Amino acid sequence: MQVKTKLHNQALYVLLIGELDESCAPFVRNNLDNLFENEKRFNKVIMDLSQLEFMDSTGIGVMLGRYKKLQHRNIPIYIINPSKQAEKIFQMSGLYDIMPKIS
Amino acid sequence: MKNQIEIKFKSLPENEAFARTCVAAFCLQFNPTLDEIGDIKTAVSEAVTNCVVHAYPNKVGEIVMLLRREQDKLHIVIKDNGVGIADIEQAMSPFYTTKPEEERSGMGFTVMDSFMDSLIVKHNGNKGLIVEMSKRIENKQAV
Repeated sequence: MQVKTKLHNQALYVLLIGELDESCAPFVRNNLDNLFENEKRFNKVIMDLSQLEFMDSTGIGVMLGRYKKLQHRNIPIYIINPSKQAEKIFQMSGLYDIMPKIS
Repeated sequence: MKNQIEIKFKSLPENEAFARTCVAAFCLQFNPTLDEIGDIKTAVSEAVTNCVVHAYPNKVGEIVMLLRREQDKLHIVIKDNGVGIADIEQAMSPFYTTKPEEERSGMGFTVMDSFMDSLIVKHNGNKGLIVEMSKRIENKQAV
């Protein structure tokens, strides 16, 4: 699992690469929290899932936890390029209600 | 046609990916779509994660995964000898989790249920849990 980021027009693009399950959730969580803490020049986060080859419901907790932290700073999260399975998981858990998919 | 394999592995987080890869490999004989493989891998990942996180919270235990093919149907059984669940019905309800502080979503069983055709969860004697899932995989090969 790898996390790459890019800042563009005050949008922080987060590219998740690999398979997100319980075994790497702590790594992704810490990585994103440090990133959000240290990078101050963004007003929204775009989670790019195009290279996320796998995600199970562990991803819900990871996303929701980051959402809550950013909510305090009024920074929204948007989702782009989910796989079919990720899409279903986002829909059934209601995550899209709080972090909409954009294209 | 009938075919079956049984695999026993330790409840280590790295074996979640191992179990997903095994089931994907077993599924190849069905000539499945990528979408079907994705659904099945996700369901298996949920069941194995439950064993790693909940069945054996403070130790490493054993997980048994049985994969069976009956014609166009895939049956998956995942068994543990862990702490078990007193109220299975409650555990299966969406968003129910005993570990919210660990950012667990409580959606594992809901995901298994919606990604597979059937899901049955029962007690493994008085130790642990048995999760049975099945999915029909249509043969798309020309006849």
